[in-house]
Amino acid sequence: EDYQERCVQCSEVNWGLTDGGRFYCRTCHNVTERTREVVSSAVTSNTRIQTLSKGIRKQEKTDEGWEWYVCEGFQFVLKKQAEALEALGVCPQMKDEILCNFWRSYLQKSQQAYCNRPAGESIKVLSECESSTDMESEPERPSLLHLLSLSESDGDLLTDCSLGSSTGKVSESTSVCSGSVDGSLYFMKNQKGKLRMSMPMTLSFCYMALLWLRESMTLSDLLRFVVEGHIPYLNVFQCFPEKMKLYGLDLKIFCVESWPVYEEVYDKMLHLAAFLELPRFPDITDSCFLHPDILCMKYLMEANLPDELHNWTCRVVKKIRIGEADFLTFVPENKSTRKVKYDVLAAAVIVVVLKLLFLLDDHYEWLLSDSAEERNKNNKEDGPYFEFKKWYKVIKKSLDAEQKKMDEENAKYLWRCDKPLSYSTKKKSKALKRRQIVVNLQNQFGKLSGSLQPAEKPNPSSFQLHWSEENTDGSCFHGHSLKGILQEKCGILTVMNPDYWLCTVKLCSEKFCGHLAHYRDLDFPASYDFVLRLFSFLLRIQPGYIHEEVCAIEHKLFNKKLYKKPKYNPGQRK
Amino acid sequence: SHKHKLDFRKSKEMCLNYIQDAMLQKQWNRAAEFMTFYIESLEKDFSTEYTGPSEIVWRIGTEILWHCSRSNMKEFNSFIEQMKTLGVKKYLKICLEHAFHLLCNGRTDEAYQNLFLAESWRFGEQTTTQDKEMKLIQAYRGLLDYYNWSKQKNILLEYDKVGFEDLSVEQEMHNSFRKAAVSLKEIIQIPGVWDLFVQCYVDLLEFYGDHEEARQVLSEYAYNSKFPANPNAHVYLYQFLKRHGEPKKSLISVLKILHDIVPSHELMIDFHAMLQKSKKRKKRRLGLEVIFAALDYAGWKENVKAWSCLARQIKQIIISEKHLEWIKQEWNSRKDWWPAFHFSRYLAKRNWQENESLAYEKALVAGILLGKDCKYFKYISHQGCKDQKKKFRTLKKFVNKHSPVYLRISE
Repeated sequence: EDYQERCVQCSEVNWGLTDGGRFYCRTCHNVTERTREVVSSAVTSNTRIQTLSKGIRKQEKTDEGWEWYVCEGFQFVLKKQAEALEALGVCPQMKDEILCNFWRSYLQKSQQAYCNRPAGESIKVLSECESSTDMESEPERPSLLHLLSLSESDGDLLTDCSLGSSTGKVSESTSVCSGSVDGSLYFMKNQKGKLRMSMPMTLSFCYMALLWLRESMTLSDLLRFVVEGHIPYLNVFQCFPEKMKLYGLDLKIFCVESWPVYEEVYDKMLHLAAFLELPRFPDITDSCFLHPDILCMKYLMEANLPDELHNWTCRVVKKIRIGEADFLTFVPENKSTRKVKYDVLAAAVIVVVLKLLFLLDDHYEWLLSDSAEERNKNNKEDGPYFEFKKWYKVIKKSLDAEQKKMDEENAKYLWRCDKPLSYSTKKKSKALKRRQIVVNLQNQFGKLSGSLQPAEKPNPSSFQLHWSEENTDGSCFHGHSLKGILQEKCGILTVMNPDYWLCTVKLCSEKFCGHLAHYRDLDFPASYDFVLRLFSFLLRIQPGYIHEEVCAIEHKLFNKKLYKKPKYNPGQRK
Repeated sequence: SHKHKLDFRKSKEMCLNYIQDAMLQKQWNRAAEFMTFYIESLEKDFSTEYTGPSEIVWRIGTEILWHCSRSNMKEFNSFIEQMKTLGVKKYLKICLEHAFHLLCNGRTDEAYQNLFLAESWRFGEQTTTQDKEMKLIQAYRGLLDYYNWSKQKNILLEYDKVGFEDLSVEQEMHNSFRKAAVSLKEIIQIPGVWDLFVQCYVDLLEFYGDHEEARQVLSEYAYNSKFPANPNAHVYLYQFLKRHGEPKKSLISVLKILHDIVPSHELMIDFHAMLQKSKKRKKRRLGLEVIFAALDYAGWKENVKAWSCLARQIKQIIISEKHLEWIKQEWNSRKDWWPAFHFSRYLAKRNWQENESLAYEKALVAGILLGKDCKYFKYISHQGCKDQKKKFRTLKKFVNKHSPVYLRISE
């Protein structure tokens, strides 16, 4: 980016980097002799001056460490995350090929060029280290510059700065406020057009790779695994090699203090895909896990709803054509179409179906349930008819219990890691002392309450709620029939109620307020709110997101009615 | 924006809520459990003004430990020591409260040790910022010196009885006295409420015969306007003067101020008695005011002595036929509410049932102030005469005889 010279051949300013680290003109493919080192020498000379004037040489002689760059850190994180995903059953291709390529492309496009790596070595070294096998074979993973600065004394590193190269000086000046070489630069430079890497974005990378491979993991699944600890995220920097010293500004980059938010990760993924100029992703067909038909089936099971509802979800999907590959497949370049959140979409479809069948106006569903109960009394041959009331009671009980458990777990969450962190070397001893006190106190109070053992990590599971038909208490509704609430008309089973209420008559504009619709629980019936909260809990997202999707679906479903007359009328349901 | 996302701060807030809930329900083990998870917020303690994690952990942790393992002082002490190292700004406060806890647990010697150690703490400019706490520490250490002195004094007295002498104990006693006196004297010079310290100091002074200093101290404590208004200060002064046989005049002047601050104070009876004995008209007038004022308070409603004082004075005034206007003046502001407050039919029944003497005195007052036809007097005198009690017949006669008085005072 810094290189602004015009190409001698075509006078364009459109540079790329060869594998050898030289600049080449993208327009005419003219390769120059200039390397990145030369370009960023301006940077080095400044820092050299800074170093001398500050006279900073505070690093203790005993404090050995490698020089490392922030992107290396992220690379490490991604590697760990990919390994964890592989352990969860994702195919190895994700780690070895897809994620690797995405990352490499990102590095190239964002020209992580704050280092002055001698020509020829940089990118090659990078690509070597990316491949997992290399990393695995070397227990002591060398930093980029270690390879370059191999001195006589093996393993004896940089602090004394006896290296002739200017790299040493760069590290010195920045190492005061961060362990990494470019930690401080990371915050200083306002990178417009560049996508700055962040911890949440590592998950965006992962999700993007999963999506490319059409793996059986939605974004909400991924984020849930992160929170449950199956995918490294919080404190993953603890696994950095010993020699990669982390302090100061590095902590701001790598030390996370909040759980990743669905929307944030998702939006970053969209930006990332566009930034990397990725082509259309592999098609999402009806045999993919992410297809609404399949996801609906999963969520219906998890929500303990009758399997028969699946017919209805498929019908809705078909009617509004959200099962088509062109709708579902991710096309990064296409900025105008609204991007699909597969999990939210599937949940919303189910909510719409429930509204169609039960109305959910705090009145009709109970009436219907009572009538189903009546019919159930005389029902001898068929399986039991589905009663909304019974289902509600069972689910509410479970949901309340699970929510309470989750709230307590959140309150009991331990954020800090064993490795004491400090923002500067000066405060390190204070931090260590404090850590010691914290550990002592934890032991003391732990003994009092008898809870010294940390809670065990639950086994990773794609289902959070489990219902088994073997339970004799009748708490599983999968096999229940919808006949109790449907009526026969012309040989087809249809819904009994002719009415429907729209969540919103008019959709907002996403451009202005970021959402299509806004949710306030007081404005809606309690049953509707309950159903939203059920899926909100399962997907670990705010009810508003699902509500928004419900609104979008309804507007597609009742499109004709809406745009003919502004008021809603009871529609004829097929 | 992502207001709902779970982050460190929110997670710890929730944790704190759980701790507080558990504490309110006295589920100490559960509180301890959540505290285990709250503790790591100490590593994020950058607070300066508001109640930060270290203060929360200190205070809540103290409560939890106190209730969870009351007998285990070792645990408790080790916890407190850790709290002391957490932050320099609260060091002395923690020392002081630690000493309180030890005292509450009867461990006076340990408390003394702690205070003594804390006294010698110095930490740059923190020493001046925490000046108040330091003074308190010195004061309490002085108080414990007094306590030691007192113990030693009692030992010596015991020895004295059996004619035994022990110079070492005596020496110790004088040492304790010196240490206590210095600290106590210093703290009571600072405007504030130092009741206990003042009393101890005066006790010391009196023992060693320095009455002048004692009087000076007590006067300062009571009359120095920089000190907050404190009724006890006047009580202490009064008691001291009485002990030393001061003339009635000084006693009365002290109690007058007490009457002004706390008209319902229990010493008002003594005060009234003193005023009644006086030859001066003004004093007797004041006496009536004092006794009426005391009976304005609910706590005095069933005080037989007070009623009998009032009854006696009223009787005296009536019989002497002088100063009826005194009664009129006092009754004027009370005639609207005293009837319901003291002389209702319900109270008549109750007083008669529970306390005849009370009923008797009150009946006299009611009969005079409200006339012989008032419900209280009628009921009591009827009951009393029914029971053939002589004094009630006398009472009835007396009130009937002086019924015109009622008309005069109620006009």
